[in-house]
Amino acid sequence: MSSATAHEAHHEEHPSGIMRWITTTNHKDIGTLYLWFAFIMLFIGGAMALVIRAELFQPGLQFVDPQFFNSMTTMHALIMIFGAVMPAFTGLANWLIPMMIGAPDMALPRMNNWSFWILPFAFTILLSTLFMEGGGPAGGWTLYPPLTLQTGHALPFVILSIHMMGLSSIMGAINIIATVLNMRAPGMTLMKMPLFVWTWLITAYLLIAVMPVLAGGVTMLLTDKFFGTSFFNAAGGGDPVMFQHIFWFFGHPEVYILILPSFGVISSIVPTFARKPLFGYSSMVYATASIAFLSFIVWAHHMFTVGMPLSGELFFMFATMLIAVPTGVKVFNWVATMWKGAMTFETPMLFALGFIIMFTIGGFSGLMLAIAPADFQYHDSYFVVAHFHYVLVPGSVFAIIAAVYYWLPKWTGHMYNERLGKIHFWLSTIFVNLTFFPMHFVGLAGMPRRIPDYALQFADYNALSSIGAFGFGLSQLLFLYIVIQAVRGGAKADDKVWEGAQGLEWTLPSPPPYHSFSTPPVVK
Amino acid sequence: MNPATRRHVIRLALVVAAMFGFGYALVPLYNVVCQITGLNGKTTRVASEEAAAFEPDLDRWVTVEFVANVNAGLPWTFAPVVHRMKVHPGRLYDARFVATNLSTEPLIGQAVPSVAPGEAAKHFQKTECFCFTRQRFAAGETRELPLRFVIDPRLPKHVKTVTLSYTFFDVTSTAKAETETTQTQN
Repeated sequence: MSSATAHEAHHEEHPSGIMRWITTTNHKDIGTLYLWFAFIMLFIGGAMALVIRAELFQPGLQFVDPQFFNSMTTMHALIMIFGAVMPAFTGLANWLIPMMIGAPDMALPRMNNWSFWILPFAFTILLSTLFMEGGGPAGGWTLYPPLTLQTGHALPFVILSIHMMGLSSIMGAINIIATVLNMRAPGMTLMKMPLFVWTWLITAYLLIAVMPVLAGGVTMLLTDKFFGTSFFNAAGGGDPVMFQHIFWFFGHPEVYILILPSFGVISSIVPTFARKPLFGYSSMVYATASIAFLSFIVWAHHMFTVGMPLSGELFFMFATMLIAVPTGVKVFNWVATMWKGAMTFETPMLFALGFIIMFTIGGFSGLMLAIAPADFQYHDSYFVVAHFHYVLVPGSVFAIIAAVYYWLPKWTGHMYNERLGKIHFWLSTIFVNLTFFPMHFVGLAGMPRRIPDYALQFADYNALSSIGAFGFGLSQLLFLYIVIQAVRGGAKADDKVWEGAQGLEWTLPSPPPYHSFSTPPVVK
Repeated sequence: MNPATRRHVIRLALVVAAMFGFGYALVPLYNVVCQITGLNGKTTRVASEEAAAFEPDLDRWVTVEFVANVNAGLPWTFAPVVHRMKVHPGRLYDARFVATNLSTEPLIGQAVPSVAPGEAAKHFQKTECFCFTRQRFAAGETRELPLRFVIDPRLPKHVKTVTLSYTFFDVTSTAKAETETTQTQN
């Protein structure tokens, strides 16, 4: 890496046009790339969800054959998790962490460039499998063998793309940890960091701990299929259930990777619009750390019906329920922050409130699923689909949308259209509930997941879900319009943007200069 | 890169490498846990001298059931000769299974055992079993497959029935690949 002074002298001479974006090492440029990439993936994954919902609008087989339907459910999950939610949070981290801790850029700018530019290639490979002989992966995003080993030519490509996604997020995580630990402004002690930085620091550690385990698991699948090993092949002394253990050892921390940064976003937004400091800052930090720790010892609650001794079921049941305690601490802290606050309801706050209420609904259905004996009924039913969509869509996705509305004036220097933002919120909230709430009922009544056809008694609720899904999908086009409108122009945003905003990023001009803090600010 | 950043990057990269290794370490860990707890019905093999050292418990009867399955759509038939036996723990017994290769090709099969309930698995011990080795069958061949087992008298008292299930897998392609590799190595 060239010396810092040389870099300073040349920083205005960066290339223009497409080469600017390909060669950029600037945290704001890379953050923007990540966010647009996530946005594109949201629409691709969303289109797949609409294929699923169109097929499920009525019982019987309408539009697609069952194999393609299954590859839609599989690809929808892989794209939304690895392509939309994770890159969106990494994009927010890139944009915000240096500005929040008073640093000029990320600690490892070139690795930052690399970790983004791997992603378009990874997802091109993944999407190309849909056109291969034997179709795309159709065995579910959990890739359980032996079913997943029956994938056609797509399997090695899927595994390669998962390796690339993993590499990208590991490099992103290393970069974030190195930045947070080494580049804070003088006086910014760990316990003075904004919660968004804290939650991302913990998330980055989770990523480093579990993404390599997934890489190991999918490599075992690859060698089982092509190199004659028998990790999961019973004929050779292996065990397919072992894959489920390895997968969920990654998979459960992964779901917290998808939600912890949103806790940080909500903890930034709620105090701003309640015009009060965050209630219980240190308990928020400790709660985040406890959730991260507990995520490593609860994985087998995804496998209650696979077969486990009673003591195992009890352990995983109680450990899982324990997670409700730190999560409850967070929800009560947000409510206490709002208590007697001078609240206003701009779009970011509306999405944050929607998050708190609907994420809690998803959390409660999670508690129901944690009850081992009850899980025997819920397992692999639409109740599970309802649960994880409640925590991921009005949970993680709403938090990302809230973050975009909250920081967009800072990023672009223009206010977004508040009226359209509120309409976007209400359309999203109504349709997201119309989509996912009926799934609780059909799930409890026994409708299994991952099927293209279903029994007649589920028809009404499925029709409602499909209407909701199309409404929700179309509402996001409004979001795209609002974002583009704000990028292109609009009312000038002042430096602080929001009356109650706190934090270093609001001391910078809107939009902030290309290099944020060339001289570090002093935090008292 | 300043020294503190470099130190962090090196340490974090080591953690990544260690966690990749940990993923693989889960494989032997999983097998050890299954062996200790008898989870998944993994059975053990013992030497015949060890089995002869058991004191037969003539006051106690345990029912042993035999189940035989053929993995998805293979051209085999596979069944136990006797479907259930009443046995005394600590005494050696013989049982037989019969398998037929219905195809016109020679095939190599491998039977994989599993015992239910799981807690009985580590007490169900075999001194001789066709499942220890791969079985070669000529086209159309029928053969009896022997099994000699003993139930450890330490089997928990409440277990009255033990089910031994075999699943027969076709390993012809794997076996061929392995032979070829050994030949090229030689």
